[in-house]
Amino acid sequence: MSTATAVGLIAACAIVTATIKGVGPVALGGRELPPWFTSIVAMMAPALFAALVVTQALADGREWAVGADTAGVALAGIAAWRGASVIAVVAIAVVTTAVLRAV
Amino acid sequence: MSTEAGVGPDRVDGRMTPGFRAGVRAGVPFALAGALLSASFGVLAGDVGMPGWAAILMSAIVFAGSAQIAALTIIGAGGGLGSAIGAAALMNSRFLPMGIAVGPSLPGGPAARAVQGQTVVDASWAIAADGEGGFDRHLMFGSTAIQYVAWVTGTVAGVIGGSALGDPKTLGLDAIYPAFFLALMIGEIRSGHALGVAAAGALIALALIPIAPAGVPVLVASLASLLGLIRRAA
Repeated sequence: MSTATAVGLIAACAIVTATIKGVGPVALGGRELPPWFTSIVAMMAPALFAALVVTQALADGREWAVGADTAGVALAGIAAWRGASVIAVVAIAVVTTAVLRAV
Repeated sequence: MSTEAGVGPDRVDGRMTPGFRAGVRAGVPFALAGALLSASFGVLAGDVGMPGWAAILMSAIVFAGSAQIAALTIIGAGGGLGSAIGAAALMNSRFLPMGIAVGPSLPGGPAARAVQGQTVVDASWAIAADGEGGFDRHLMFGSTAIQYVAWVTGTVAGVIGGSALGDPKTLGLDAIYPAFFLALMIGEIRSGHALGVAAAGALIALALIPIAPAGVPVLVASLASLLGLIRRAA
């Protein structure tokens, strides 16, 4: 990768990210929250995080895929459900995935 | 300016308010997990031929893990600069609804809110959320600060120790992100209704994976939050 390519990629990604992050908070003009809006916002986290989990644990590129990482993440999910810390959850996912790939 | 609960004490930004310190503490576990991720990003950068200094610079000024990894993966697969930037934009598109959600909890004019919006990252956004639509911005700032330090530090470690670390996939490091998000998701599920929304979001994303570019399934899945209206009506 040339220096020009690297700098171009970084600059473009930085501008795109800053723009997306900047537009959201300004979009609604900082008005008071209508109750229907807070009802939606409160449910945004479960929806977004669930989607992030399945797109990474159940897919390989644009194909559905079940692999060692799926098993690792599933086991980590059980630990998280039982109240394990984030570090423990991540460690369980990584170790399980690595062990399954090694055997 | 919004006076919703959860905005926190009105103080000059940058000062160590109690909320900021609490945010730093709450962000530590996510920062540690993030450091592992950014180390694997540093290794990936080396694999696709990105100079080490560029990988560190990217982490320092882009600071968006999934977007950075998506962009480099595309470059690594021989894709063009345009596709890489497009993938990064789509991966980050979730920050649009997240930012809209946070907006009313941020004081100041549009420019001030846009600047504060730069601190929105997944874990901080979840930590700052009060579960009823409000956000404590000081918690968000503190949690993001510690994660930023860890993110850049981890990248430096990955760039320097990359060859010693080996293949991130063999080490199972690709399982970090989904596990990280699963922990965040489970922390957000405080009701059967939230569980239903999570299931709907997962199904939407799963259905779109084969037919939409990366990032789009997650963005569209945010529409599952509209189910929040049903509970209110019920």
